[in-house]
Amino acid sequence: MYTDKVMDHFSNPRNVGEIENADGVGEVGNASCGDIMKIYLKVENNIIKDVKFKTFGCGAAIATSSMVTEMAIGKTIDEALELTNAAVAEALDGLPPAKIHCSNLAADALHEAIKNYKESKA
Amino acid sequence: MKRIYMDNNATTAVRPEVLEAMLPYFREHFGNPSSVHWAGRAVSPAVEKAREQVAKLINCSAAEIVFISCGSEGDNHAIKGTAESLKDKGNHIITTTVEHPAVLHTCKALEKQGFEVTYLPVDKDGMLDLDALEKAITDKTILISIMWANNETGNIFPVEQIGAIAKKHKVRFHTDAVQAVGKIPVDVQAAGVDLLVLSGHKIGAPKGVGALYIRRGTKLTPLIHGGHQERNRRAGTHNVPSIVGLGVACELAGAEQAEHYARIKALRDRLEKGIFDQVPEVKLNGHPELRLPNTLNVSFAYIEGESLLLNFDMKGIAASSGSACTSGSLEPSHVMGAMCVDVVLAHSSTRFSLGADNTQEDVDYVLEVLPPIVQRLREMSPLYNRGGKPLTCDECQIVRRV
Repeated sequence: MYTDKVMDHFSNPRNVGEIENADGVGEVGNASCGDIMKIYLKVENNIIKDVKFKTFGCGAAIATSSMVTEMAIGKTIDEALELTNAAVAEALDGLPPAKIHCSNLAADALHEAIKNYKESKA
Repeated sequence: MKRIYMDNNATTAVRPEVLEAMLPYFREHFGNPSSVHWAGRAVSPAVEKAREQVAKLINCSAAEIVFISCGSEGDNHAIKGTAESLKDKGNHIITTTVEHPAVLHTCKALEKQGFEVTYLPVDKDGMLDLDALEKAITDKTILISIMWANNETGNIFPVEQIGAIAKKHKVRFHTDAVQAVGKIPVDVQAAGVDLLVLSGHKIGAPKGVGALYIRRGTKLTPLIHGGHQERNRRAGTHNVPSIVGLGVACELAGAEQAEHYARIKALRDRLEKGIFDQVPEVKLNGHPELRLPNTLNVSFAYIEGESLLLNFDMKGIAASSGSACTSGSLEPSHVMGAMCVDVVLAHSSTRFSLGADNTQEDVDYVLEVLPPIVQRLREMSPLYNRGGKPLTCDECQIVRRV
């Protein structure tokens, strides 16, 4: 049911963990739905230097979290804000229809982390 | 890679003896048992032999057995057929919150037609309060439908006591015994059951065949109308090879059940003890004792069931989960919800259901690969070592508390 890319990111997730003294932290989802994603950012000169994640959730939740970290690293804050859940799903060669609602929150988590970064800077 | 199958409550492999018995009925003996000619005559005794074999397993007479296509059909037939045939007597049905969807959704459908349904709650171990059952009975109650054993937890309900209560109040008693048959003794006389459903593919017969026991004298409107098969109780050409297979599977189950019970229970207990010894923060879902010998349902705190299953699968282990993500819906298991299992734990509930083919080596392999998988997923989880207050969701309200 999952694509090879999803299974790759699920079985070898990239950038798992936390960043100490992160510049921004974002968390979305909730336990009742079965998915929680937490994203940590390191930002230098408006460029995302490092991203780490922690996720409670199904295969799709873990794979989208992993993928969004890869997609965000190296982007400017504004570029990262343009990343969508759909783009993350597309980069994984798609997700099963049932997973679109609950598991595709990775870009939302990233945006929350950026929001948190902007607020803490302001 | 090793392949270890511990999902026998979902389905089982067709047993070699069963397949062997079935094969002649695809080619050589292809006839329709309803036909009068040589081709039909060659197969009708096989169908009747299977009927005897099924009847013997559950201690009824062959005439009380109706062949059906699956457990869901049997549950629909028993419940809708009762509702239709007894609607002049009353409109109230009693069932439980932990039934299989084949029962629950059939009852929901009847509610839309004006029937009233009481869904009995269960306690935190998933067991029923029989006083509550008796109190729920009114002069309008026409049916009590309670499963013999639960598919997710393996909990065994006290069917003999339920049967006695039903008899005392002259209410019909239907039981979905799909998970019980073959694993524990099932005796319709001792249990005072009027309608019982069993399914072939849970006991080494193929998918697509089952049996409905209808106690002699029980008025039941057919579900499938058509020809005169099964004494007008179930129309449709007999699935002869599968019926033959079901008969053989029932005969084997009767002969082997006691030996399998002891052996499989020892393996299940070894698995259970091994998991609890090695992994912290694990919860047993279900009753500690009153359970099928093959079923173990546990929740591993902080992690989600589907990701656990996928990791098991990568190691060749087949199990199942009550997580929303494995059910095709957005809700975790209704059984976990009914037991008031914490929502995160409900999402992580994992069921191992063993079978006669499992070995101690299988169990030890699972015990070797499971702890590191759980630990790795916990390290990835934002809920692990979080401290502070648990998360809740006001928007979803997915798990309803009883």
